Amino acid sequence: MIPLSHYLIVSAVLFSIGTAGVFLRRNLITILLSIEIMLNAVNLSFVAFGRFAGDVDGQIITFFVMTVAAAEAAVGLALVIALFRHRESLNPDAFSSLKW
Amino acid sequence: MLALIPLFPFLGFVVNATMGRRLPKGVSGGLASLAMLASLAVSLITVLQLRGLSPDARAIEQTLYTWIASGDLNIGLSFRVDPLSAVMILVITGIGSLIHIYSTAYMHDEVDSEFARYFSYLNLFASFMLVLVLGANFPLMFVGWEGVGLCSYLLIGFWFKKKSANDAGKKAFIVNRVGDYAFILGMLAIFAKFGTLDFQAVASAVAAMPAETGFGILSLATLLLFIGATGKSAQIPLYTWLPDAMEGPTPVSALIHAATMVTAGVYMIGRNAVLFSHAPETLTIVAVIGALTALMAGTIGLVQNDIKRVLAYSTVSQLGYMFLAMGVGAFGAGIFHLYTHAFFKACLFLGSGAVIHALHGEQDIRNMGGLKKELPITYWTFLIGAIAIAGVFPLSGFFSKDEILFETFVEGHKLLWTVGALTALLTATYMFRLVFLTFHGERRHDAPAAADAHDAHGHASDDSHRHDAVSHGHGSGSHLHDAPPAMALALIVLAIGSVAAGWIGIPHAIGGHNELATWLEPSFSAPRVAGEAAVSEAAVEAGEAAEAERAALELTLMGVSLTIAVAGIAFAYFVWVKRRRIADNMVREFPGLHRLLLNKYYVDELYDATIVQPIKAASTEGLWRWFDVRVIDGAVNGAASIVDGSAGVLRRLQSGSVRAYAGSLFVGVVVILGYYLWR
Repeated sequence: MIPLSHYLIVSAVLFSIGTAGVFLRRNLITILLSIEIMLNAVNLSFVAFGRFAGDVDGQIITFFVMTVAAAEAAVGLALVIALFRHRESLNPDAFSSLKW
Repeated sequence: MLALIPLFPFLGFVVNATMGRRLPKGVSGGLASLAMLASLAVSLITVLQLRGLSPDARAIEQTLYTWIASGDLNIGLSFRVDPLSAVMILVITGIGSLIHIYSTAYMHDEVDSEFARYFSYLNLFASFMLVLVLGANFPLMFVGWEGVGLCSYLLIGFWFKKKSANDAGKKAFIVNRVGDYAFILGMLAIFAKFGTLDFQAVASAVAAMPAETGFGILSLATLLLFIGATGKSAQIPLYTWLPDAMEGPTPVSALIHAATMVTAGVYMIGRNAVLFSHAPETLTIVAVIGALTALMAGTIGLVQNDIKRVLAYSTVSQLGYMFLAMGVGAFGAGIFHLYTHAFFKACLFLGSGAVIHALHGEQDIRNMGGLKKELPITYWTFLIGAIAIAGVFPLSGFFSKDEILFETFVEGHKLLWTVGALTALLTATYMFRLVFLTFHGERRHDAPAAADAHDAHGHASDDSHRHDAVSHGHGSGSHLHDAPPAMALALIVLAIGSVAAGWIGIPHAIGGHNELATWLEPSFSAPRVAGEAAVSEAAVEAGEAAEAERAALELTLMGVSLTIAVAGIAFAYFVWVKRRRIADNMVREFPGLHRLLLNKYYVDELYDATIVQPIKAASTEGLWRWFDVRVIDGAVNGAASIVDGSAGVLRRLQSGSVRAYAGSLFVGVVVILGYYLWR
């Protein structure tokens, strides 16, 4: 049987990929997708912990996360569209007018 | 029942203050006078009730409710009438009513709203004055004390369009603040010592103590109270406001600045007679200040040219007499003089008002003369008032002034007696100078106009007077109107009072019974404990022998003061009627002295230089330019610039770059997690 640490390592790798995507990419849609990767990395660790603890709590939380993630994606994409209409750009650096 | 006495004038004030501008003059003036008459009626009934009680139990008290209850301090809204306040309420409501009636004619040239404003102030004043004399404890008295000060300010500045009237009002108010401050401190001292502020409780507590030797807490408290009295009753050093207060309408001068308010200080000492007689140090100060004030004001009155100012200085001088009486322990004599003075001084002021009214605002006696024929009622009443104040037998002023001088002499204050007698001479002289210059001789127009522009009467600026001037002409040849009926009524009643008011205090020496002194006696001693031994028979017999000796002395002194009065009148007649040139020569002989007196010893200038200007300078340079601008504004502006400066640094964190925010968020999370994992 595959030990728990393997799942967690995969989860950590996925999470790091997502984080790197959020920081390094300059396209709002890519950033949103990176956030989804991070969320799914967390889901993976929840399910793994649940499996090894022998109950279904981890799976239940995962469903919650997926639901929230779906809602978040909807809102996030709507915001991205609104921003695009406003500035004709998807680069987050273009949206800095709230500074001093 | 007692509460009704101040309530009636207060209702009059409320009606005139709220609806006055829509009421015609007859209604507002009539209402105000009616309120006073109603109050007079209630006062009379109360005093009659009081007479029905036995002398030892003569006090009626009414507590409306507990006003202040805080720890040890328990003060009721209580009114108490005893023989002393009975005299006061009769004087206030009686003379007050007459002056209200007089005012309906005197102020008739004012427009309706001003007329109602005048009467609302006058009623409010009467109400507060009655609270002052009826209050059964210090704080309630202080309410009245401050209230009459307010009304005094309002009425002095009644013609508020005139700068001098405004200034005089402010001066009266501010000078009185100095005294009132001391009065409050005196109250605090009494509360600290006795734990109560009720007059009777304080008197009982003091009576149980021996008289103070040296300067202790009693002396301190009474001295502070006396400083309060010097403010309200215009004594050295706080008298300077009273002569300026003559800027107000003349009936106001008669009511507030002669008959009632300025006597509040005398009343206050009489009310606390037990307290003051246990502080001999203070009493000495009171007597000396009183005598000095009497003499100083008398000398100033000798050379003033404004008819009302002469009377004002005369008032200051007579108040000095009252304080002299209080100071030598002759409380009854002081109150007696207060009571007779109210009659003749009100009569004189109202007489001067009638003159001013007839001459359309002329107040300078150098422009008068020869008014005797044209204003007969005014002349005769004024003359009676002048004889009364000069102290000629058997008019009222003779008895009261004589009692004061006699008591002063008997108490062993020979020097003070001399000062008092000298002042009596001055009084007779300046009063008859006023009579002769105003009413005798020929009509004159020789006053240098420019010098006295400051004294001009507020009336003159009113349009309402112009038509009078047109229809009657304004020269010496024109016919002048004597006092109209309402004014004549007040004058005649007060003249009768000036003659007869003294008759309730005729001393034993000339066959009287001095009823007033007997009547007032219980007010000046501590409340008796029931069953206390009466005066023994032997003491009564010994007293009778001494009494005969006293009577002889009293008769002698009476002769002296009568001689003085007549001498003063004769001197005035000689100088100002027979040999007018003597007066001018005296001015020429002693120009320095004349100028000193004409300028009132330069006391106003002295106060201005030593107190007013330094305070002004300190306020401008210290409080305004330094404290307000530097410290207050500096603190406010400093707080703003600190915020501004730190914000200038901190705002650089707000770069606007979303990824920078996300990065700092990430670093923050890593740091926090790292801390928990590896600690």
